[in-house]
Amino acid sequence: MARTFREAAIAGVGATEFSKESGRSELQLAAECSKAALDDAGIHPSEVDGMITFTIDNSDEIGLCRCLGVKDLAYTGRIPGGGAAAVATIYHAMALVNAGVCNTVLIWRAMNERSQYRFGQPHTQAIGPQAGNGTGSLLWCMPFGAQTPATWESLAAQRYMQQYGVTNLDLGRVSVVQRKHAATNPAAWFYGKPITLEDHQNSKWIVEPVLRLLDCCQESDGGVAIVVTSLDRARDLKQKPVHIVGACQSIPYNVEVISNYYHADLALMPEAEGTARRLYAQTGMKPSDMQMAMIYDAFTPQVLKQLEAFGFCGRGEAKDFVKDGHIELGGSLPVNTNGGLIGEAYIHGVNNIAEAVRQVRGTAVNQVPNVQHVLVSSGMAGAILAQG
Amino acid sequence: MTVPNDPTPAPASAAPPKPTRLAPIVTLDAKFFWEAADKGEFVGERCADCGEFRFPPRPMCPRCHSVRREVVKLSGHGKVYSWILPRHPMPFGFKESPIVAVIELEEGYRLVSNLYEVPFEQVRAGMPVEVFFAPTMGNHQVPVFRPRAK
Ligand SMILES: [Zn+2]
Repeated sequence: MARTFREAAIAGVGATEFSKESGRSELQLAAECSKAALDDAGIHPSEVDGMITFTIDNSDEIGLCRCLGVKDLAYTGRIPGGGAAAVATIYHAMALVNAGVCNTVLIWRAMNERSQYRFGQPHTQAIGPQAGNGTGSLLWCMPFGAQTPATWESLAAQRYMQQYGVTNLDLGRVSVVQRKHAATNPAAWFYGKPITLEDHQNSKWIVEPVLRLLDCCQESDGGVAIVVTSLDRARDLKQKPVHIVGACQSIPYNVEVISNYYHADLALMPEAEGTARRLYAQTGMKPSDMQMAMIYDAFTPQVLKQLEAFGFCGRGEAKDFVKDGHIELGGSLPVNTNGGLIGEAYIHGVNNIAEAVRQVRGTAVNQVPNVQHVLVSSGMAGAILAQG
Repeated sequence: MTVPNDPTPAPASAAPPKPTRLAPIVTLDAKFFWEAADKGEFVGERCADCGEFRFPPRPMCPRCHSVRREVVKLSGHGKVYSWILPRHPMPFGFKESPIVAVIELEEGYRLVSNLYEVPFEQVRAGMPVEVFFAPTMGNHQVPVFRPRAK
């Protein structure tokens, strides 16, 4: 293959059902969602020549190749940082296609994160302090009782809430909107189950005064895969191509994933601000060019902070932006239209990317009219997807 | 200088409860910190060439790239930066929710710890605090904080 620059596009997406007990191995989930994504694209599985997943995905590349019958893999890579890796997978796949070193890049994330282990429970044994898994949280938080993603998140979120007068009620509005979106999405775990702000306020405290149960994403079993190829090739494939207009990562000095307490101002999210700056510079686009956004929502405060970091509203204004209805279907910037990780499922952010693809294709169940550009963010990484 | 995990005083007759707090995971680059804590000393790491403090500990100074480091005794004084109460699930090793806080040290950097001797409702941003030590499983100690005596 000649190493000439080629624009990249998403040609296929696939998923298993989202459940609390898949009843099969994570590798099987990975194989099933990968096959579904390749079928969606109309590409034979043997043609995959690049593979990308998260450092913490338990399925082996070779194991997955052996399921799919991949004949000659040219590249494998894994991205650190837990959920921050989600949109970085798109960035890396884009770069491989841009560079002309891969032609069919398969991204997957598959987990039995509810039935086999519990991400939301104390990480006392589940994950060792090895590089790429977020070492700071284990080394400097565990003995003090900060042992779960919810507590790590809350220590920084509480500073944001102090700074801008954000209350747990404000956070609840994010959850209510996303559950409303999930309620009309048959693939969502919470299909047909909207909540009220009162339900939110009646849910138990997970971490006081930041997160109630209904501020937290789900723990889910399932898998999602995405196929990236060149824009030119995608135009000849089965689906409407979804152009990756730009994608990037940003990890500013002294920022770390989730146990992120060492940079200058914890009311800000420098990684998302850096991603926004780099992404807008790379694409020449601005927040008002987006018709909607898919924003990593492991916990509700992350949605507010990313809305501000990506410039959809000013600093401290996200709570009012949400209250005024902007992020709902029919609002100026519908967000997490599948219900997000809170309402649909927690497939570590990759299911949110799949929803962005469906929205650009015009095939989403909660379709936003005239989607030209979607911003997709996982905090430390972002991408802009468009009709190709 | 040490207290049990549960700050409620035990009846005088009872034997001191066995610590249930998780022991720290000790890495080579942070050994100095935890070994000092075991002796009831609160120390930090500073570049031996340019004097820059750094936390979490690391083998190289990000300012001048020297690998020469010195361990210095810290004042043990700081201010509360952010604070939370983990309610569910109860953290492993705790019988009651501890106040978990990010403390900004006088020396200019932050770390995660616990706050004692103040009700959760009375914690304020910028509240002056001082270090003391709490025991863990395996006969170790970790630095925790309480409001600073006037
Ligand atoms: Zn130095």
